[in-house]
Amino acid sequence: MSSAGTNGAGSGKGASVTLSNLEKTYDRASAAAKAVDGVSLDIRSGEFLTMLGPSGSGKTTTLMMIAGFETPTAGDIAIDGKSVVAMPPYRRNIGMVFQNYALFPHLTVEENVGFPLKQRGVPKAERARLVAEALELVHLPGYGARYPRQLSGGQQQRVAVARAVVFKPRLLLMDEPLGALDKQLRENLQLEMRRLHADLGITFIYVTHDQEEALTMSDRIAVMNDGKVAQVGTPEDLYDRPENRFVAGFIGESNFLPAVVRGVENDVVIAECDGALIRALCPGRPSSGEKVTLTTRPERLRFADSTWIGEQMPQNRLSVTVTEAVFAGERCRYMLQAGDGTSIVLKEPSSAAIRRRAVGERAEIAWSVADTILV
Amino acid sequence: MSEIAQPASLALAVSRPRSPPFDWRRAVPFLLAAPLLLYMVVLYALPVVAMLLRSVNDPTWTLANYATLLDDVVFQKTFWITINTSVTVTLGCLILGYPVAMGLVRARSMAPFILVIILLPFWTSVLVRSYAWMVLLGRHGLVNEALLALGMIDRPIRILNTPLATQIAMIHILLPYMILPIANALRQIDPSLIRAASGLGSTPFMTFRQVILPLSMSGVAAGTLLTFVLALGFYITPAMVGGPRDITLSMLIAQQVDQLNWAYAATLSAVLLATALAILAVARKLPGVGNAFKTSMR
Repeated sequence: MSSAGTNGAGSGKGASVTLSNLEKTYDRASAAAKAVDGVSLDIRSGEFLTMLGPSGSGKTTTLMMIAGFETPTAGDIAIDGKSVVAMPPYRRNIGMVFQNYALFPHLTVEENVGFPLKQRGVPKAERARLVAEALELVHLPGYGARYPRQLSGGQQQRVAVARAVVFKPRLLLMDEPLGALDKQLRENLQLEMRRLHADLGITFIYVTHDQEEALTMSDRIAVMNDGKVAQVGTPEDLYDRPENRFVAGFIGESNFLPAVVRGVENDVVIAECDGALIRALCPGRPSSGEKVTLTTRPERLRFADSTWIGEQMPQNRLSVTVTEAVFAGERCRYMLQAGDGTSIVLKEPSSAAIRRRAVGERAEIAWSVADTILV
Repeated sequence: MSEIAQPASLALAVSRPRSPPFDWRRAVPFLLAAPLLLYMVVLYALPVVAMLLRSVNDPTWTLANYATLLDDVVFQKTFWITINTSVTVTLGCLILGYPVAMGLVRARSMAPFILVIILLPFWTSVLVRSYAWMVLLGRHGLVNEALLALGMIDRPIRILNTPLATQIAMIHILLPYMILPIANALRQIDPSLIRAASGLGSTPFMTFRQVILPLSMSGVAAGTLLTFVLALGFYITPAMVGGPRDITLSMLIAQQVDQLNWAYAATLSAVLLATALAILAVARKLPGVGNAFKTSMR
């Protein structure tokens, strides 16, 4: 649009980013200490992609390599098809929001937001107009003359966002930008980030260790563990069809049932678990007799003697004993034990009409094949 | 304060006796410092006050001593040389010291080593260092020998006993006072600010000018003040390596004391002290410098 506009070659307003076998080793002596270990990701133009993982999983290091603050030990980073590995950060034209905001304390809000424009030689009048526009976008008009220290954490965060998008980058990187804020404010800002993403249409790469944040905001999530990508997919993919035990355990709560494969029918594997035959979805073809782990979500399990109005009782059943029953308002949470000693959590929506189970009571639980995954 | 807490504090206020008994525990810090305090008052503060008083009561209560300074050519020339030397030395320290401070902050594993190099001369007496400069800058000193060997000069040049010698030696001696406050200010700059600037399109030079330099100004101000005020009162070094005609205020004071010209010496001392205090007072009012005082106190 203006001299602040970019001249990227890709389609749409957002940049596409390709990471190929990206590696980062800090300690050259031991190759074992890889902070990032062979990460390959295709981030589409205009996508909101979140890198989610525990601390030390390599998500921030990966982000820093995309921004140019860290140099990859091996592999390549291409933005809109062009490798940027050799390019210094100040030439990459990427917007970035830091966890601690990194606002310049000696500059006013206006000067902070205008900073990237000044570096690009945007004339003063044009700069003032774009800064006002950006402050409008983050709902902070009229705050231009203040200094960062005069603003609340949430306001500082908005200024940091305004500063990162004022020069119309095609890619915005965010490193746990809501990490330092309280829960209420975080939830508000999560919605605002989504709105901003929709308004700007540019590519967002967002780093967080908060799974709820990742699930609410992202188009796709890359779950990181131990320097590797554990799984990439939409929030539904990750929650309903985790590909491995780490993803199943890291996102939401999961039950893990040890089982032995007894047969395969189409995409469904039949496994024996504590004497019962359990059917599970499985993309691969495990061989008969193989020891496997089945996973299922606590809220997808039900007691078999519940009333099943207008639906069939699901196929998967298991006999259990109630070992703990906790009433938590909107739901009841039961700890159950299978005959082989496996602990199982079941969450039941609470209702005065449903009989509460007592500790020690024997029961049968039932759940559908679609909610059972072999990991 | 919560409503529940109020009655309790009210009750406390009521039950407090009108004149509390003397609490000996409060006097302990004072008592611990008392011997030194007494020592300082008797042996330092009183003589200084007595000395300064001589500028206004010798031979009688009068301001004549100060009035004569107004058309005293020797004083005026000396005062000018002192200010001139201090400004030159301070600028020299700033230009040479700032890069060193940056290096000190950026060097990770080398930092303690660099710090020792900076502080090593700091732990040597000024007298020894001034003697060292006499040896280096002399007619057959290392500097002249090196210049001769390089063929840059035909015969030894005069460096010792010139204003240049004073400046070189004083810059060397005062450098740590400039480097340390600047390094302190630089160390407090959040590294993510420098990353942010770079990510927002700022080249390393622009980042230095727009982020690092302005954020280190408090240290620059503190270092400049410290160096300048110390340079104002320097005596040993200019006396040893400086020119015989380039007399600084402190040298003139010493000379007058030698000649038992107490009133004149006292008047000059008062002027020197007043100049230093005036500079500090004005500098404190400058924006950003006030913070430097707080920072350097930390």
